[in-house]
Amino acid sequence: MYWEKYLKVKTLHEAMEILKLYQGKARLIAGGTDLVLQLREKKKRVSVLVDISDLPELQYIKEEHGQIKIGAMTTHSQLAASPLLWEKVIVLAQAASSVGSPQIRNVGTVGGNIVNAQPAADTVVALMALDAKVVVFNNDGGEEKIPFSELFLGVGESKIDPTSQLLKEISFSLLPEMRSSLGRLARRKALALPILNIGIVLSVNKKENRLHEARICVAPVAPVPMRMKEAEKTLLSRKLSDELLISASKAAFDAADPRNSKLRGNTAYRKELVRVMTYRTLKTALATRGGVGDEAGSITV
Amino acid sequence: MKLEVLQFELNARKVSVRVKPDATLLDVLREDLDLTGAKRGCGEGECGACTVLIDGMPVDSCIYPALKAAGKNIETIEGLGTEDNLHPVQKAFLDEGAVQCGFCTPGMILTTTALLAKNQSPSEEEVKVALSGNLCRCTGYTKIINAVKVAARNINKL
Ligand code: FES
Ligand code: FES
Repeated sequence: MYWEKYLKVKTLHEAMEILKLYQGKARLIAGGTDLVLQLREKKKRVSVLVDISDLPELQYIKEEHGQIKIGAMTTHSQLAASPLLWEKVIVLAQAASSVGSPQIRNVGTVGGNIVNAQPAADTVVALMALDAKVVVFNNDGGEEKIPFSELFLGVGESKIDPTSQLLKEISFSLLPEMRSSLGRLARRKALALPILNIGIVLSVNKKENRLHEARICVAPVAPVPMRMKEAEKTLLSRKLSDELLISASKAAFDAADPRNSKLRGNTAYRKELVRVMTYRTLKTALATRGGVGDEAGSITV
Repeated sequence: MKLEVLQFELNARKVSVRVKPDATLLDVLREDLDLTGAKRGCGEGECGACTVLIDGMPVDSCIYPALKAAGKNIETIEGLGTEDNLHPVQKAFLDEGAVQCGFCTPGMILTTTALLAKNQSPSEEEVKVALSGNLCRCTGYTKIINAVKVAARNINKL
């Protein structure tokens, strides 16, 4: 038997009470698109599943005071259908549309994807580039905020413990003149794990034709999604030009240290992929909302 | 093992059934309710042969815990049309030769009805994206995509 009890709760409070009662033997389940398989394969064990996926207070996408806030049980389909995200946070809308298949997106949630901590989870790569935070409820009644940069410990391992904690909300700030994009390479468009995912978020300074802020998150090139700090620094150092994007991509290439993988290709190939895809995704991000490049390698935003 | 009572709406009828707590929706449909239209292909959420509609949305029932479906509205291929009165999507699949072995067909047809409920005249690209979670090993997809377009036209004429 994979689990002994399956409880669907009506309130957040009820969920936290059940976790407390079972002291580590119960865990939360969201869509279950990953968890059900992991339980079947005995990669995880649990006696009681507590289903929080239908709680309306965990399903929303809203903009408040320059921040986007997302309820943890929002499904990938809901994210992918959000006009707000397509208008302001393309990288996340693209990431949500890339997850699995329509059937998986209709059930799988953004919160589930985070807690499950797969090394290249599409929405996680996007949220990491967005410098997002999560709000977590503990079963002692306390609440904590954790930045994405501290959330992941290793493959399949996040700081959130679903036997005692509930991921409530994901939030991030919108940047001035924000541009973003997701670069994704996989064997086919649907139902294929990414060979490489790159999330890029930029804030452009149109007057000076340079960047205020640049964030690049790449996965999987390490056990957890990785921010390319050197490449980000390079991007802020000078005015925008094709040559600047090339040096930033080179910096990402230098920082990436993927292992040889039967599934994803060897180290040399994957490093080269980081270089090429960083460059291309930077270009696509800059081109959203009006940025253009010309033949001579100058870029105007 | 203690069985749990699961209640939901299935093909427009209220259903109550006793299920194992760790059964999937596909298990319950096929084993307990004798609805064998939904197929088990991969059993892992990769092929869409087990697709059913939950509250109007295509879902892989092979990885969907049965008790998660409590209170929801489930549609399977058995609820769509009858032999003498086919649903327009079923008819289009037959007319266009979009069925070979038929294993993927219930899932394809349900996914198509969900698409056409939202979008009456989908583009070819939209059809492909909508069907991207349904694998077919026989047809090569051309005839399936064609059947979806024909179904859309026929429904719009109704
Ligand atoms: S049998 Fe469910 S997706 Fe293949
Ligand atoms: S008709 Fe045989 S799998 Fe599609």
